[in-house]
Order: sequence, then structure tokens, then C-alpha cells
Amino acid sequence: MNRRLMDRSFYWFCKSMTWMALGILLILIFHICRQGCEYLDWQFLSSLPSRSPEKAGIKTALAGTVWIICFTALFAIPFGIATALYLEEYAPKRHPFVRLLQINIANLAGMPSIIYGLLGLTIFVRSLGFERSILAGSLTLALLILPVIVIASQEAIKAVPDSIRFAAYAMGARRYQVVLGQVLPSAIPGIMTGIILSISRAIGETAPLIIVGAMSYIAYTPESIFDMFTVLPVQIYNWAGRPKEEFHAIAAAGIMVLLLLLLSLNFIAVTIRSRYQRYK
Amino acid sequence: MQNKTKFFDRSFHYALLVFVLTTLAVTLSVVVVLLNESSGFFAHVNLLDFLFGTKWTPLLEPKSFGILPLICGTFMIVIGAIAFALPVGLAIAIYLSEFASYNSRKRIKPILEVLAGIPTIVYGFFALTFITPLLKNIFPEIQIFNALSGALVVGIMILPMVASLCDDGFRALPPSLREGAYGLGAKPYEVIRHILLPASTSRIAATLILAISRAIGETMAVTLAAGATPNLSFNFLDSIQTMTAYIVQVSLGDTPANSIEYQSSYAVGLVLFIMTFFMNVIGNLVLAKKPLEAM
Amino acid sequence: MTEPIIKIEDLSIYYGEKRAINQVSMDFCNNEVTAIIGPSGCGKSTLLRSINRMNDFVVGLRNEGKVLYRDKNIYAEDIDESEIRRNIGMVFQKPNPFPKSIYDNITWGPKINGYKEDWEKLVEESLKRAALWDEVKDRLHSSALELSGGQQQRLCIARAIAMRPEVILMDEPCSALDPKATFKIEDLIHELKESYSILIVTHNMQQAARVSDRTAFFYLGDLIEYGPTKQIFELPKKDQTQDYIQGKFG
Repeated sequence: MNRRLMDRSFYWFCKSMTWMALGILLILIFHICRQGCEYLDWQFLSSLPSRSPEKAGIKTALAGTVWIICFTALFAIPFGIATALYLEEYAPKRHPFVRLLQINIANLAGMPSIIYGLLGLTIFVRSLGFERSILAGSLTLALLILPVIVIASQEAIKAVPDSIRFAAYAMGARRYQVVLGQVLPSAIPGIMTGIILSISRAIGETAPLIIVGAMSYIAYTPESIFDMFTVLPVQIYNWAGRPKEEFHAIAAAGIMVLLLLLLSLNFIAVTIRSRYQRYK
Repeated sequence: MQNKTKFFDRSFHYALLVFVLTTLAVTLSVVVVLLNESSGFFAHVNLLDFLFGTKWTPLLEPKSFGILPLICGTFMIVIGAIAFALPVGLAIAIYLSEFASYNSRKRIKPILEVLAGIPTIVYGFFALTFITPLLKNIFPEIQIFNALSGALVVGIMILPMVASLCDDGFRALPPSLREGAYGLGAKPYEVIRHILLPASTSRIAATLILAISRAIGETMAVTLAAGATPNLSFNFLDSIQTMTAYIVQVSLGDTPANSIEYQSSYAVGLVLFIMTFFMNVIGNLVLAKKPLEAM
Repeated sequence: MTEPIIKIEDLSIYYGEKRAINQVSMDFCNNEVTAIIGPSGCGKSTLLRSINRMNDFVVGLRNEGKVLYRDKNIYAEDIDESEIRRNIGMVFQKPNPFPKSIYDNITWGPKINGYKEDWEKLVEESLKRAALWDEVKDRLHSSALELSGGQQQRLCIARAIAMRPEVILMDEPCSALDPKATFKIEDLIHELKESYSILIVTHNMQQAARVSDRTAFFYLGDLIEYGPTKQIFELPKKDQTQDYIQGKFG
């Protein structure tokens, strides 16, 4: 083949593949909206789950998701930021133990989520006796998003220029004063972005919560951290797995709520990132 | 004052160290938990029968625990997903790093991030209610739950990851490499084919490994779309079961703790963990290197 | 020559195997401006950073010899490097204000070091001494990053002054600034030497001639010549100094 033609067709191949990926996203969203829109109304948001699709709603699932996410964030954020601060500001970079820690975190980020489920089931649900509670579920999800928060926070901390650190040290600051007084405040927007994205991952997680015992049917909204719970994706799974078409439609309506939640979080994250890109 | 801050400085350092060590503790407890819980299983089932048995019927009599059908199901998903995601992902990465203007890149990247952020359960629903009916037009004999649909949707899921890792790889290459080739009058296709791709082979390989590991661990999409029929069929139009889908199935059924079915899910989890663990270690080690060092 | 405030005795600094500073001994006097000149890579910045132990952050760097501040070796075991840095302030090559308000830039250092002050007064005084007060007095609480480069650098000087140091180290403070801003900073250095001892590293010989009382010429890690600025520029004793000053290399 002639060089020019080869070059052009290669260009068009790459370009069309990119557009295809974007097209898939559009089709997916369109398909789900078309199926779900007729069920998405206030009644759907405010009703308890039910055997009949017309009466079924996601009130308990939404409440469960909010409970779970709040406690997941509460547990995971301090651990994630502290770990990232240690690795970036304290640890000797080339030390073999530090490299082990770093590789370990990357591995945890890639560990199948269902294994976190088995871990949570054994440790939180059984050994510590938390039963199938919000506490057990959110601790499990906290472990799952911990590595994601660490990695994102590390990136944000790395983006703080050394000149700030040196300026602070040159004024007689101790390391903790440099880290807490200068580095962390400068890195906060980046860390926030990472946290929001990891939270949206936690919102969509299904498998680990099924393993630690999120219920598919719950008739009341949780009132304490020791209550049983269900979450939106588990509820969706339950409906999607039934053969009846109407249940597929309410599953789609549930997905619309889920995606709306995620897209708004994503939008917030992108906004923070573009507004505070101070050093790039 | 000086002594107080000095003491505080020390304490802060050690406090952070405690937090860091929890990340190691997570990995260690995963290993301990999986080994411990599956030891009961291996007291009843011979390890060799488990690894090389070709029948997986834990819920029917006579019970048989040969994991090969589950591994086979998992790898059908992996093969299908990679066959889709690798070429498409590479093409997207090449488009983004070599062809796209700064502005269109800035617009496309966040959209890919959205694609990456869609929960796996949503992809499962999409496969079940959109991809499978679509495939039925092409293959009328296809089952409602089938490996092909699951594999395709997992391919779509890992696509953003493949594209973004490869894109990072291309962009990390020094511009001098491209300039040298363009300076000799090469066309973009030739530069990519003869310079950029060879220079990033190891990164692409690492991406491939990590993508395989992601596909192996993928759960909800395959649970919904690919079915719950452990079989050693290699037919993409049939229903199969992956390792992950089996674990979900056990936990949905009311199996009493310490029964052999319950323990078997930890044994399957152990196999899953070992596979993904080594892939992740290798993949991440290669990615941690600087671009040209890794050649 | 007044009483020396910093004495360097037989100091050698190594980066791994490479020697960056070679057995240097010199004294710096109180209330004077000392300029350190030399071609790039001659070790002048390395020397400067060894005086407030900012070299501690360079991996693989090693010292031999002593740096005495008020007759105490700052590299001795029992020395607290934070305390050294409080008394020996530093202004860097590129302006590096903290991403905070102008006010907070000034008060942060004294606050974390436990000073008890009338903060309004400290801010005003420091900014006045750095000749920045009139330009920023109406916007003390806006971000320091909104200032121009020259203003930022003067803010960094004000920030250093607020710590009430005895010595101020300046590492090519004007290299990132335009001529007008440079002129202002040089003016400021003149004012400041009444109260502080100033060590300034510069690659700009005219600047050294304009602002300093004494000049030290470094070449490849060696102290070639050190003396009153007038003598160094008009009657250098060594041929190398002469060649450098006449622009034959560098």
C-alpha cells in the first residue's frame, strides 16, 4: 500500500475507535433512560421496595447508600491522607521497605472488589461480630477505596512545588509544621478531587456489599450504624436479575438515579480540579 | 517551645507511620483470611482434585469441586474482553497522544473518565438488556446468559483503563524520539509503528497484564450477563460461570457458615487472589519504571 | 573589619564522590554585605545553603569541616537546625511566597516559632522595611500570588525580616526579575545592612560591585580570592579573578 494512504487510513482508524467509545457511552445512557424514564418519579424515590413493580421504590436503598457512604468516607479519608503524607513527605523514597509499601498500595487498588467482600465478611461481620450492619459494610468499602485515596492524594501532594517546602524550612519550621501548615493546605483541592472520585466508586460498588450481606429487601430505613441495610446498586441487581420486563424497567430507573448521583459527583470533582490547578 | 515542637514533630511522624502500616495489614489479613477459611475446605477436598477436576457441582449431589470450569469461564471473559479492549484502547491512546488537538483531548479525556466511572452493575444491566438482544439478531441460537455478551461488556469497562495507561506511556516518551523520526521525513503512521510502539512495548505489556487482572476480578457484570452455569465448553454463545460469579452465588444462597459450600467460596477467592496478585505485582513493577529504562 | 558573625573553617562539601566545595575557610562580618561570585557550577549556592543547613535536604550530600555561627558549630550533634534557620533567614532564587494572603505570609513563620507579637504591627514594620508597604497596605488579605514577581520577592524579604534574623542569605535574589525590580531590591539591600548581615550569591558582577562591601570569588569549588569589593574589582591579586571580572570566561 502506498505510504500516504496507509498513514491516512491509520489516522481514521484511531479517530473512529475514539468516537466509537464515546458512542457506546451515549447509547448506554440513551438505552437506560428510554427504559427507565416512565418509572422515575417521586413515588419511585419515596416508596419502599415491593413485589409489584408499580409500587416499588428505592427509599430504603437511597437511605442505605447515604449511610454507607458517609461512614466509608469517615473511615477511609484520615487513613488515606495520613498514608499519602507519610509516603510523600517522610518516607525515604528509595528505601526497599517504602517501595514495598508503594507496590502494595498499587496492588490493593487492583485487588478484585469481591475479595474485599470476603475479607469484610470474615473480619467485620463474623470475627468482630458487627453482623450484617452498616458498620460492617462501610468498613469493608473503606478498605476498598483506601488505596485509591492514597494514590490520588500522593499525586496532589507531589504537585506542591518544593520551593514552598524550602521556604517554610528556611523559616525554622519543623517538618510537621511544613506538612500541616503549607503542603497539606496547598494539596487539598487535588486531594478533594481524588476523594470525590473514590467515593463515587464506592457508591457504585455492589459485589463486596452483597458478600457482607446487604439485604435485597428491607422494609424500613436504617436508624443506627448497627442496623441492616441495602444500597442502590444491590437493589438494582436484585431487580435486573428477575425475568419480568417491568422489573428491568424499574432497574433502569434505579440506574438513572445512580448515574445522576455519580455524574454530579464527577462534575464537582472536575470543577474543583480545573479551578484550583494552581501549579500546573 | 522548641522542645515541645520537637517532641510533637517526632510523635506526628510515628503516628503517620501507624496509618501507613495498616495498608500492609490489609494485604496480610487478606492472605490470612483466605488461607485460614479455605483450610477447612481443603481438609475435605483433595488439592489436586480441586485444581484439575473438570466438574464443578457444589450445590448438587454428588458434589464435585473441580475448579477448571470456573477458570475456563473466567478466561473466556478475559479473552473476549482483551480482544476488544486492547486494539481499541491502543487506537484511542494513539489518537489522544499523537493526533488529537489539545482542545479535543481536553474534551475527550473527561468523557473517558465518565465511562470508567460507570458502576459494573450498570454495565451488567446494559449487557443483559441491550448487547444480548443485539447479538441475538446475529446469532439466533445464543442463550439469554452467554459468555460473549459478558466478555464484550467487560471489554467496554476496561477500555478507559487501557487507553489511559497507554496514553500515559506514549506521552512519557521524550519528544526528541518523535522529532528525530519526523526529521527524517517519516509519516505519523511510520513513527508510531516503528518508533513509539517498540519504545513502549513493556508498558503496553504491563497494561495488558493489569487489564487481564481487572477482567479476572470483574464481578457484577458477568454475574448478570454471563450466567451461573459452570461448564467447560469454550462456546461463547453458552452460559458460563466465572470464579467471581460463583462467590456471589454462594453468598446469595443461604449457605450456613462452615458448610463446605461456604468454605469453597474462600478457596475460589484464594485462587482469584493469587492470580490477580502476581499479575498486579508484575504490571505495577513495570509501570513504576521510567519509560526508556524499561526497554 | 567588625567581629565576624559566621566563620567557615576548612569546609568541604561532597555530592557523592564529587567535591563541590574544597577546603574553604572564610569569615563573614556583622552588618556588612558580602557577595559571592563565580561562574555557574562553582559551588557558590552550595556554600550558601550550608550556612543555614538547607543542604540537609539534598540526598547524598556530605560535609567536612565546620561552620561556626556565634562561635558554635552548626553541624554539631546538639544543634537544633530549626533554631539556626530562625536566626539565619533565606531569600531564594525564584520568589516563593506561600499560597496564602500577604498578611499570613509574614506572620506564619513567627507564629509557628512561638513568637508572641502585635501581629498588625509586625506585618506593617516588616513590609515597610522591605519597601513594600505602600504598594500592598490596602490588600493585606489578598493572595500573595497576585503580586508581581518583584513584589513577591520583596514579600519574601519581608517574610525573612519578620523572623528577626541576624543574618540573611540571598541566593541570586534578582535572577528571575526585570531590571527595574532588580534595582529596587538592590536599594533595599543597602538599607538592610544597617541591621542585618547579608550574604548574597550572584552571577551578576555589576550587582556584586554595586551592593557589597566584600566580595569572594569562587572557581570550581575553591575560594580563589576574598577581600573588600573595591580591591577585588579594581586590583585583583589573582589572574583568575582578573580574567573572570574582565569577562574572559564565566
